[in-house]
Amino acid sequence: MRRFLKNAFYLYYDGFRSMTLGKRLWLIIAIKLFIMFAVLKLFFFKDYLKTNYKTNEQRSEYVLDRLTGKQ
Amino acid sequence: MIGFDTSLIEWSRAQFALTAMFHWLFVPLTLGITFLIAIMETLYVRTGNPEWKRITKFWMTIFGINFAIGVATGIILEFEFGTNWSNYSWFVGDIFGAPLAVEGIMAFFMESTFIAIMFFGWNKVSKGFHLTSTWLTAIGANLSALWILVANAWMQNPVGMQFNPDTARNEMVSFWEVLFSPTAINKFLHTVTSSYMLAAIVVIGISSWFLMKKRDILFAKRSIVVASAFGLLFAVITITTGDSSAREMAKVQPVKFAAMENHYHGQAFAPLVAFGAMTPDADTAKKQNFIFKFEIPSMLSYMAFASPSAYVPGIYDFTYGNQEHGIPSFTERMEKGKLAIQSLASYKEAQKNGNDSLAQATLSVFRDNYQHFGYGYANAPEDFIPPVKLTFYSFRIMVFLGGFFLLLFIYFFWMGIKNKLEGKRWLYITAIFSIPLVYLTSQAGWIVAEVGRQPWVIQDLMPTMAAVSKIEASSVQITFWLFAITFTALLIAELKIMFGQIRKGPQNEGGH
Repeated sequence: MRRFLKNAFYLYYDGFRSMTLGKRLWLIIAIKLFIMFAVLKLFFFKDYLKTNYKTNEQRSEYVLDRLTGKQ
Repeated sequence: MIGFDTSLIEWSRAQFALTAMFHWLFVPLTLGITFLIAIMETLYVRTGNPEWKRITKFWMTIFGINFAIGVATGIILEFEFGTNWSNYSWFVGDIFGAPLAVEGIMAFFMESTFIAIMFFGWNKVSKGFHLTSTWLTAIGANLSALWILVANAWMQNPVGMQFNPDTARNEMVSFWEVLFSPTAINKFLHTVTSSYMLAAIVVIGISSWFLMKKRDILFAKRSIVVASAFGLLFAVITITTGDSSAREMAKVQPVKFAAMENHYHGQAFAPLVAFGAMTPDADTAKKQNFIFKFEIPSMLSYMAFASPSAYVPGIYDFTYGNQEHGIPSFTERMEKGKLAIQSLASYKEAQKNGNDSLAQATLSVFRDNYQHFGYGYANAPEDFIPPVKLTFYSFRIMVFLGGFFLLLFIYFFWMGIKNKLEGKRWLYITAIFSIPLVYLTSQAGWIVAEVGRQPWVIQDLMPTMAAVSKIEASSVQITFWLFAITFTALLIAELKIMFGQIRKGPQNEGGH
C-alpha cells in the first residue's frame, strides 16, 4: 500500500515537473477558477434562495407565493 | 397574469444561452477525440509501431488544450441556476440535482485519476494500464455527458416525478423512468454521436493542413483514415438517432416539431420542406410564410409517425385547437393551468386555516390540472409558439451540413484506404473550412433543441418567465458582459495555443 501511494505521488510529482505546455494550461485553469469562484461566485452569483431565506420551509413558501402570484 | 419583468427574463435567457453555447464549444471535441485517441493508442499497443505513439500523443495534446480551456465552464451554468433561475432550481428539486451530483462525482474521479495517468503515465505504467486509462477517460467523459443530458431530457419530457404541493418541489418517484425515458436515450445518443462526428472533422481538417504543407505525411494520412472511418460510422448512427429523436419530439413536443418544420396547418400526407426561405415577417405574421420552398411529398408524415398518410398537426391546431383530431387549444389549456395555479394557492390557504376538507378538495383539483400548470402563466395562446424562423433554419443547417460531412467522411475514407490523399489541395481546403462549419452544425443542433422548446423551461409545467429569480435585470446585464469578455479572452487563448501546437506538429518524445 505504501509503495502504491509512493508511486502514485511520484506519478503526479514527476508529471507536473516535466510539463511543458501543461504549465501554461494550468496557469489558465488557475486564473479561470479564481475569476469564477473568487470574483463571480462571491460577488455576483449568490444563491438567491439560500441568501434570502434561512430555512427550507421559508424557501418553499416563497417559491409557492411566486408561482401563485402572491409575490 | 402573474407579473414578471420581461427585461430580466430576456437578459437571463441571453446569459444562459451565451454560457451554454460557449461551454458547448469544448464539450463535443472532448467527447469524440478521447475515443479517437483511445483507438490510436490501441493501434500503437497492438502493432508496437512508434508512429502510432507519436500520433496518439499529438492528438492528446490537442485534447489537453481543449480540456484545459473548457473545464469548469459548465459550473457557471450551475451558478446561474442558483442566482438567476432560483424558482426553477427549487421547482425541479432532486430530479435535476441527482444526475448532476452523479456527474460531478464521476467527472471528478475519472478525470483526476485517468487523465493524469494518460498524460503523466507514459513510460511509468505498463502499456496495457496506460491504454486502459485512456479508454476509461473516454468512457468517463461520455458518462458525464449522459447525466447532464438525462437532466436536460427531463426538462423536455418530464417523467418519473410527482409534484409535492407542500414543498413546491417535484420529487423523483422512478429514477429508471427518468434515466430511460425515450427522450433521454435519443438525446444522449444523438448528442454524443454527433460529437464524434465533430471530433472526426477536426482531426481530418488539421491533418489536411499538414498534407497541404507537405509535412508529417504519414501522421496525417493515418490520422485521416482512423478519423474518417470513425466519423463515417457515427454519421450513420447520428442520422438514425436524429430520426428517432424527431419521431419522439413529434409525440412529446409536437409544437416544437411543427415549429422546426414551419408547419402551421395540420394535414395528412404532410410534405417535408427540404429547403425553403421564409418571408422576413414569418415570425410575427404567425402563419406559414415561405418565399419559396422545395417539398418532399408525405415525408413529414412519415418522419413523424412512420406512415405517409398520418395526420401531422400544425401550430394552428395547437394554438386554436382541432376538435376533429382531439387537440385542445392553448386557450383551453391556459384555463386549466390557471385553475391549477388557483387551486394550489387555495390549498395552501386552506392548510394555513386548518380547513382539511377544503385543502383536500382543492388539492384534487390541482392534481387533475397539474399537467397544464405552466399554461396558466400566459396572456395569449400565441405566447406558446416558439421562434419558428430560428428553429426552422437551424434544423436545416444541422441536417444539410451533417449530410455534407457524411459525404466528406466517405470520400476521405475511400481516398485514405486507396492511399490517394496527396496532392488534393481543394480537398484539404474543404476539410479545413469544415472545422468552423462542424461547430456551427453542433450549435445549430442545440438551438433546435433549446430555442425550439420555448417558452418552456420544463415542458408544459414551467414557462421561462416563471422560472426566473426576482433580481435586478441590470445585475444580469453586468455579468452577461463580464462573461462575454472572459469567454472571448479564453477562446482567443485556446486558438492561439492550439495553432501554436499544430504548427509545431507531432513530437517524437517528451511530455505534454
